[in-house]
Amino acid sequence: MGKIFRFHTDVDTDQIIASQYLLFPTIDEMKEHTFESLDTDFAKSVQPGDFVVACENFGCGSSREQAPAVLKALGIKAVIAKSFARIFYRNAINIGLPVIVCKDLYDSVKANDEMELNLESGLIESNGKTFTCTKLPAKMQSILNDGGLIASLNKEV
Amino acid sequence: MMGMTMAEKIIACAAGVENAKAGDIHTVELDRLMSNDGTTHLTIDMYNNNLKNPHIKDVDKLVWIIDHNIPSDSPKTAASHKKMRDFAKENGIKFYEGEGVCHQVMMENHVCPGELIFGADSHTCAYGALGAFGTGVGCTDYLYAMVTGTSWLLVPETIRFNLTGKLPEGVYARDLILTIIGTIGANGANYKAMEFAGEGLHNLTMSDRISICNLCVEAGAKTALMEVDDVAMEYLREHGREPKAVFTSDVDAVFAQIVDIDLTEIQPIVAKPHFVDNVVPAKECLGIKIDEAFLGSCNNGRIEDLRVGAAIIKGKKVSPEVRFLVVPASRKVYSEALSEGLLDIFIDAGAIVMNPNCSVCWGSCQGVIGENEVLISTGTRNFKGRAGHRDSYVYLASAATVTASAVKGEITTADML
Repeated sequence: MGKIFRFHTDVDTDQIIASQYLLFPTIDEMKEHTFESLDTDFAKSVQPGDFVVACENFGCGSSREQAPAVLKALGIKAVIAKSFARIFYRNAINIGLPVIVCKDLYDSVKANDEMELNLESGLIESNGKTFTCTKLPAKMQSILNDGGLIASLNKEV
Repeated sequence: MMGMTMAEKIIACAAGVENAKAGDIHTVELDRLMSNDGTTHLTIDMYNNNLKNPHIKDVDKLVWIIDHNIPSDSPKTAASHKKMRDFAKENGIKFYEGEGVCHQVMMENHVCPGELIFGADSHTCAYGALGAFGTGVGCTDYLYAMVTGTSWLLVPETIRFNLTGKLPEGVYARDLILTIIGTIGANGANYKAMEFAGEGLHNLTMSDRISICNLCVEAGAKTALMEVDDVAMEYLREHGREPKAVFTSDVDAVFAQIVDIDLTEIQPIVAKPHFVDNVVPAKECLGIKIDEAFLGSCNNGRIEDLRVGAAIIKGKKVSPEVRFLVVPASRKVYSEALSEGLLDIFIDAGAIVMNPNCSVCWGSCQGVIGENEVLISTGTRNFKGRAGHRDSYVYLASAATVTASAVKGEITTADML
C-alpha cells in the first residue's frame, strides 16, 4: 500500500517543478523542490511507493520532462488522474512512470488515504473499494513494459 | 475516400502514406528538431549515459538554441550551458546563443510550410503560422528522434476556426487568442489540432499569426495550423525560404468541431491569475495595481509589438511604482527597433530594455517577482509561481494593454490613458 497525495484540477508543470530549478545539473538536485508552490513539505514527506492522485488535466503547460522525472525520482509509483495533459502524459510513459486514467478514484479518496495499484490488471484498491483504470493505448503500454522509450530504443539498435 | 485535414495531410506526407485519419498512429520522419537550454543538458546526459549506440541520424535537422537563461544567472546554469555549447560544437549542430527566443529564431531562419517539427518546448505549435506542424515534446522523445530521425504520432482531430472580418483598432491577436482559450478552456483542445482559416485570416499579419498559434498549447492543443496564403508566402520569400509543401484541408475533411469567429467582435482581454483560460474583458481589471510590466516573449516580442508599445509610451513616463521590462524577441527585432528609434523611446520613458531572451515569461532569469507582487505581461503563461514567488500574481494582456498599464501603474487599456 502507498499513501495518496491528492491534487486539484489543472495542476501545471510549473507547480510540479518550477522554472528556477530546471537548469540544475541533475534531477536529484531538482527533486527536493517538487510541488513546492502547492505543498512545501511534499518532497520531505513522500515515500517510495506513494501515489499522486489528481482531478482533470494533470500536467498541463510546459513540455519540461523534469516534471514526471522528479516524481519518478522521489519514488512515486504512479500518477492517477481523471485526465492528463498531452505532453506530460507522453513524457511520463517515455521515462517509465505509470500514468493512469481513472475517472472514479479522485472523488472517492482523501489525502493521506492508502491505495494499491495492480498495473497488470489495471485495478486500484482503496478504502475497501475497487476501481477500474482505463487501459493504455497498446503503443504506450509496450513502451512502459520496456521500461521507457530509451530502453525500447536500445532494443531496436 | 474521405477528405483530409491539414494535420492529417502533413502527417501522411511525413509517414510516407497516402492517407492518415484522426486516431491512427503513424511512424513519421521529422523535418526539424529544435531544442533549447530548458532541457538539452538532460538530453545530452541521456545521450552519453543511457544509449547503447549513441549517434545522430541527420545532424542537419537539429537546431539548438540558448534562450531561456541567457546570459547565465548562476554557476549551475553556466555549467548546463557549457555542456550544450560543447556538445553542439563537437557534433556540428546548428547552434544559436543570445540570438533570441527559440520560436522567433526558428520562424526567422528555419520553419517551412508542410514540415513536421518536434521542439523540446511546448510553444513549438507557433510554427503553424507558416503551415508547419510543430509540436512540443520532452527530452526523451527528442532524443529518440535525434537518434532515429523518426517518432510515432497519434493523428489528432482538428478544431477548425473560421475567421471573418478584421480586428478593430486597438485590439490585437493576443486578445483574439485569449478569447478563444477562454471559450474552449485550458484543456479544450487537448490532443487536438487547432486550425485557422477563412477570409479573416488574410487580415492578420505574420506577427499576429505567430502570436495566435504560439498560445494554442494553453488550450492543450497538440499543434496549431494556419492556411498558407500570400501573407505567409511573402514572409517566406523575404526570409529566403521555400515551402516543403502547401496543404489545405479538403472541403469534405472531418472536423471535431467548427467554430466561426467574427474578428470585429473581439475586444481587449486580460487573463487573470493563475490560468490562461481565466479571461475577462480588460475593462473588468481596471485599477489593479501592478509592480512590474513585461513587453516581450515568443508571443509578443516582435517588432510590431514594440511599435505598438512605443506609440503608446512616446513622450510619457513609466510609473515610478513600476519596473517596465522591454525585451525584443530576437537580435533581428532588437536591431530593427534600434534603427527605428523605438528603443530610445522606451529608454527615455524609463523602461529597462534587455537582451533578447525568454526573460520573466519563464520566471527564472530576469525580472523575477517577489511575494505578493503583481506582473502584467505579454508572456505565455500566468500559472501560480510562474514569474517568481509562489504567492505572486501574473496578468496576461496585449502589448498595448501592458504598456498602458506600465504608464498608469495599474491595469488600464491604451484608450484610457
